[in-house]
Amino acid sequence: MASLELQNINKIYNDTVHAVKEVNLSILDKEFLVLVGPSGCGKSTLLRMIAGLEEISSGTMKIGNRIINDVSPKDRDIAMVFQNYALYPHMTVYENMAFGLTLRKIAKPQVDERVQEAAELLELSDLLDRKPKELSGGQRQRVALGRAIVRKPKVFLFDEPLSNLDAKLRVQMRLEIKKLHHRLQTTMIYVTHDQVEAMTMGDRIVVMKDGLVQQADTPLHLYSQPINRFVGGFIGSPAMNFFSGIIENLKGLQFTHSDFLIPLADNSNELKALENQNVLLGIRPEHLRISDKPTGFKATLEVIEPLGSEIYLHLKTETLRFALRTSVLTEFNIGQNIYLACDTENMHFFNKETENRIH
Amino acid sequence: MKAGKLTKVEKGLAYAVLLLFTAFSLYPILVVFSISIRPGDRLLSKSLALIPPDATFQAYVDLFTKEPFIRWLSNSLIVSALVTVFAVSLAATAGYAFSRYKFKGRDSSMVALITTQMFPVTMLLLPLFIMLISIGAYDSYIGLIIAYTATALPFTIWQMKGYYDTIPFSLEEAATIDGAGPFTTFYKIILPLALPALAITALFSFMTAWSEYLVAAVLIQDQSLFTLPMGLKLFSSNMEVAWGLYSAGAVVVSIPVVILFLSLSRWLISGLTLGSVKG
Repeated sequence: MASLELQNINKIYNDTVHAVKEVNLSILDKEFLVLVGPSGCGKSTLLRMIAGLEEISSGTMKIGNRIINDVSPKDRDIAMVFQNYALYPHMTVYENMAFGLTLRKIAKPQVDERVQEAAELLELSDLLDRKPKELSGGQRQRVALGRAIVRKPKVFLFDEPLSNLDAKLRVQMRLEIKKLHHRLQTTMIYVTHDQVEAMTMGDRIVVMKDGLVQQADTPLHLYSQPINRFVGGFIGSPAMNFFSGIIENLKGLQFTHSDFLIPLADNSNELKALENQNVLLGIRPEHLRISDKPTGFKATLEVIEPLGSEIYLHLKTETLRFALRTSVLTEFNIGQNIYLACDTENMHFFNKETENRIH
Repeated sequence: MKAGKLTKVEKGLAYAVLLLFTAFSLYPILVVFSISIRPGDRLLSKSLALIPPDATFQAYVDLFTKEPFIRWLSNSLIVSALVTVFAVSLAATAGYAFSRYKFKGRDSSMVALITTQMFPVTMLLLPLFIMLISIGAYDSYIGLIIAYTATALPFTIWQMKGYYDTIPFSLEEAATIDGAGPFTTFYKIILPLALPALAITALFSFMTAWSEYLVAAVLIQDQSLFTLPMGLKLFSSNMEVAWGLYSAGAVVVSIPVVILFLSLSRWLISGLTLGSVKG
């Protein structure tokens, strides 16, 4: 049993910098939780507090039923994988993996068995006598994983473990870590700034900004129901388009921007309640459709980015620039005018001042 | 900037300059050696031959049999070895504290350490002399060891601190999570990684004590406690200078330093080029 309970966790540096603010989180046993956010959002600080490398300024942290605020890192039964791997350069791969076990006075045959087992799992068996500098980036990362695995901890912590790898290797290691989670069935907490990594790996994702948890949810729910403008813009690539305008009822309900208008389905009472209000409309690039008939939303094509399976179109109106993503692989020409449409169910409405979701 | 290919003339010139400077530094050593193997009556010989036709090792034999040279040698070895041990262990630990821990007076202490290097040793001789008398360490190994260790420490502490600063924090954090306490982390992770810096620190400390004359001359009166540089000076303190003995002594004195340099050269090179390669 290795659930984690974070209650009103704060981190304040030197009485001035409030790095983590009132974080409340329940992390389930065997859950793969991803902490994501831009740099400086407090995600790494939070992870380091869980590890015991940073003191908790206030709040309560529990692993299982045990309060760990004042428990030293080595007694928390956690293992951590660092961004720069943090392998001991003067030790071989074997010694690196065995170090933690030897310190815990585990008998030699057992240490050997565990290291061999982890090495096999991570395909490191042939490299056990090498020093870290003789390994490639991917191999070093696997050694760092191995060092964590052999300890059989209750909780694995990952601090941006893949950000030093090239794109191809990152995708591969991402899969390996997921497989590992499936196999070990252990609670894992994973910090990243990469939303793709977050979406593909997490059972649940915690989006953070300025030390505050914005939203903690499943990847799909985060995508379909972002709680505010920040989350909407952070998850998804290319990022969500935002339009500032007013909801009006002229010949039916519509969203009016100074450059265009989009008709809204008026079967929703919630939308009707927003009538004559200034709102922020969020539409994902993949939810904007190209219409063959003229609509109230016309834009000029500025840049075309063909990716093979799909195309990103960068469009502009008089005062706006935004993106569209389509899998219709037709010929486009720069400068051509395009009529656009969007279904009401794919629209996200946010309060213009608070930027919180209203519909 | 990458150096382009040198023309033959440029290469020749470069070698000529290098050879010239090598000759400058080698010539005195060769002359000293040459004098040490000349018979006593041929000291001022005008011959340019490095090895005189009637070369003799008599001066070396006399050095070890007729003079208390072995005594001075062992004094110097004891003092230098102990200074090395103390300076390395103190610099290794103090440098670590300065590099890793935040405490009151940390920055000002670092500045204070470097400030002591601004004053020439001659200026410090009198206060050192008074201090050592008052703690009863005058005219003893202990006094000399304290003086030398104190002289070596400021530089070596800075040296060690600078090296520790290049070792990433995450190694210690990884060790902490692996279950190592602060001492184990220092001993098993940090120190092995700091070997190049330790080698330079050791060499510097040893040299501080090994070839020092001025402080020793003030602090030591008892002839049985004389170190090598003081012993060598004895050869010239009478009416005539025993140049043969003096030169032979000088050659022998430099041997341990050469051995140290050669055996530590691997570490010295990696220590001096530190930080140039990430890895």
